[in-house]
Amino acid sequence: MLALLYIYFFCSEKPFYDDVRVPSVPSCLCISSSVALDFVLIGRTSAFLLLHQARAERFFRSDHTNNWAVLVCTSRFWFNYRHVANTLSVYRSVKRLGIPDSHIVLMLADDMACNHRNPKPATVFSHKNMELNVYGDDVEVDYRGYEVTVENFLRVLTGRLPPSTPRSKRLLSDDHSNILIYLTGHGGNGFLKFQDSEEISNVELADAFEQMWQKRRYNELLFIIDTCQGASMYERFYSPNLMALASSQVGEDSLSHQPDLAIGVHLMDRYTFYLLEFLEDIHPASQANMNDLFKVCPKSQCVSTPGHRTDLFQRDPGSVLITDFFGSVRKVEITMETINLTVPGIPLERFGGEPHTETALAYVDQLPVAQIIHQKPKQKDWHPPDGFILGLWTLILLVFFRTYGIKHLKHIF
Amino acid sequence: TTVTGTRGRSAAVAIAALVIAAGIPLWWKTTETYRAWLPAARISELEALQLELRVEVEVVFARGTLSPEQQKKVPASRITYESCCKSKSLCLVEADHALHTLTETSCGSVVIYIIPEASALLPQDMRVYVGRSRTALLRSQVASVVGAGLPEVLAALDPQMEQVLQTMSFNHQDVTAALTDRLRPGLSTRDSLADSMRAFKSSPGYEITFSLLNPDPKHHQLHWDVEAALDAYIYPLLHKMAPVANFSVDSQILYYAVLGVNPRYDASASAYTLSADSLAHVINPVEARLGSNAASSNPVLNFLLYVPDSLHSPLIIRNDQKQEVASNAFHSPRWGGIMVYNVDGAYGNDTQFPVDIAIDMSRVMGVFLSQLRLMLGFQQTGAPPGFVLEAAGREGVAEWELDRLLWSRSVENVATASASITSLAQLLDQIANIVINDNIAQQVASAVTALQAAVAELEAGNLALALEHSREAISASERAFFDPSLLHLLYFPDDQKFAIYIPLFLPMCVPILLSLLKIFREVQQHRAEKRAKRD
Repeated sequence: MLALLYIYFFCSEKPFYDDVRVPSVPSCLCISSSVALDFVLIGRTSAFLLLHQARAERFFRSDHTNNWAVLVCTSRFWFNYRHVANTLSVYRSVKRLGIPDSHIVLMLADDMACNHRNPKPATVFSHKNMELNVYGDDVEVDYRGYEVTVENFLRVLTGRLPPSTPRSKRLLSDDHSNILIYLTGHGGNGFLKFQDSEEISNVELADAFEQMWQKRRYNELLFIIDTCQGASMYERFYSPNLMALASSQVGEDSLSHQPDLAIGVHLMDRYTFYLLEFLEDIHPASQANMNDLFKVCPKSQCVSTPGHRTDLFQRDPGSVLITDFFGSVRKVEITMETINLTVPGIPLERFGGEPHTETALAYVDQLPVAQIIHQKPKQKDWHPPDGFILGLWTLILLVFFRTYGIKHLKHIF
Repeated sequence: TTVTGTRGRSAAVAIAALVIAAGIPLWWKTTETYRAWLPAARISELEALQLELRVEVEVVFARGTLSPEQQKKVPASRITYESCCKSKSLCLVEADHALHTLTETSCGSVVIYIIPEASALLPQDMRVYVGRSRTALLRSQVASVVGAGLPEVLAALDPQMEQVLQTMSFNHQDVTAALTDRLRPGLSTRDSLADSMRAFKSSPGYEITFSLLNPDPKHHQLHWDVEAALDAYIYPLLHKMAPVANFSVDSQILYYAVLGVNPRYDASASAYTLSADSLAHVINPVEARLGSNAASSNPVLNFLLYVPDSLHSPLIIRNDQKQEVASNAFHSPRWGGIMVYNVDGAYGNDTQFPVDIAIDMSRVMGVFLSQLRLMLGFQQTGAPPGFVLEAAGREGVAEWELDRLLWSRSVENVATASASITSLAQLLDQIANIVINDNIAQQVASAVTALQAAVAELEAGNLALALEHSREAISASERAFFDPSLLHLLYFPDDQKFAIYIPLFLPMCVPILLSLLKIFREVQQHRAEKRAKRD
């Protein structure tokens, strides 16, 4: 007898979020109402099981199980110190709130801490009077210097890296990862400049996010950009579950915050400075949500008008916690079931056959000591005389023959 | 001048002809991107995929279940007389084991033994027993069914057998859970969503790391025989799961590793407690120190054994209702598990520190094994009423549980692979300036072939072959999708294209066009003069 089960599923071309949008209703309204309905439904079905209600709601408030962060500074040269300081400050906050280094891809286009012009080497300060060193001892830069290119950035996002790339340089996110992407540098209307020689356009960025969505490489994505005319970079997004913040609108410039007279450059940009002040009050258990983040740096403090975009985001921003993106609060379940393996009297059998013989291990010699101690003097290879010596001798010969005349030549040769 | 004029004219015409006939095709050919041919028709077939899953079921009627007329009418492929079912003193497990040796069950098939209603093998209120291999014992009275033919007998058993199959093979929830990211939301229940969030997605390999955390080496000198414990308890399970994925296991000991949370002292229990809310913040500070194998991009499962320091012993975990947790362990979805092992009972107050302590690996591995099963996708199936499910015990996993996992993994692999291929084809259509090399076309073709083979095997009911083909399909499609050469060339807005081509072509085209115009006007003039002369 054969049992037959027919299952029919339809892989639709368009992602499912298209069903949520109703043309006649403003999209933001539609989304928030459907989300509210979901919450009500969850509340009703679990109401009769009070035991599980609190845990269930905490479990299902967001869909993510891990957090990633991609922090990029795109400009080089000493006078762009503030961009590196911006990125490192966000890196510090994100680490403090719990995301480990293995889940952070940090890309810095230039080295400010060990720059020849840095009066305090091995430090990058984010506050004047050198109050806060954001470089520290345990910073882990994954892409540095000339490795920060548009191509590498797009490869990290889409996952198309050569097979030899190490784990620390990859974005190994899955369909339940929340990703924070922070970009800073010099930008313009529709582009962001990388390394003073190339640029990434908003169309390319939107396509990269769409490729990430097609492969379900993220659950939700928060995109923050601190450049001039930053709002133009998120204009072209069309993938679902994206929320974007920018430091200035199209046509406006993002300004820097404060110079330090000892270091000689501006230390931070205004938007990131106030963003950091806001994040300093956040701790891993805090309940602050995205609406508070949108209020950071109003026009009076920032001079430019920060903007944000939430129409592609499924949940209501008021229900999204800051720690959903900036921190890494794990979902935890108590292990209720265990397997009873304690059967007395049965010895543990070795699986896999005969035990391997232990070979004595020793360390390889680190330095070729024998060669160093009994060193013979290295024979110097003969080099032909270089230009200076040749010129000197030519000069001497010229002077001699000029003084004493050419007839003395026969005495020499 | 006429000679030079004609020569000039023919030269101009020849140059123009050369530019148009040879130049434009050459420019077109050299600026196009190389795109190998993809099987677009077969890929579009994949978009509307219809999956049919077939389970082979063998029904064995024990003596006493069928009346003599039914016995004559029911066609039997094999008649064997078994004495084990008659003996009343046999316990259930032994009976199941004896029956298992009778029939050869292939991967994915189910054997149901119908035993008479009066049999004492099952307890009174239980109707079905599911053993460790792919057999189930179903107690029912078939002889009382009216109509003695095979269809009536089977129709009477149908609802019960369907329930058995839904427990042992798959049901609607399992399949929709395997397809969660491809379906619209709202179709999967809350429980299946929790299960899909907890278990890792299908991947070609996994890395498992067992870590012992000793924050207090001055007082505790811990010994754990992890190699022997892994051999005895974990490797059998991983060996059974070899058709699903590759596993690499390693272990480490971390000293001076502390939890990120301060436990609170509870005088009533005279122990330190960790409440359920603070558990979420335990993992992050530890994870920074764990490290991982940097050679592969496979997902990592971490199992941590934490022995509290002597100042904070004993340490117990409390759940939401402030009750003690028996296992003293917790796990995090898609990450791994942590178990707290208290050693304060092993020594008194005035022993000489450091104390040698041997950890009881069977207790520890019992917890880790159950957490590992959850992470790998063996769900906590609630048994339907009247069912007895035999626990897997030392083998780690029962064969029917493994079959369940294989069904959902095959479906998941087929869904993911087809989605990858269709979205890759769509992407390559949309972005016209991505180069498609030959090896990508080959990977796509082999992925499509493997997918079609997997769907065919699922229809035929060969689960092992279907899983193999689906694994091939998914690895080929992932390799094709994530090939490093599939980066699109720089995006050129139209005004930039004009800005590049105009300085190159305009200086060349203007003289050609003007000279052609001049020739044309001269020819017209000449013709007009000729007509005027004739008239």
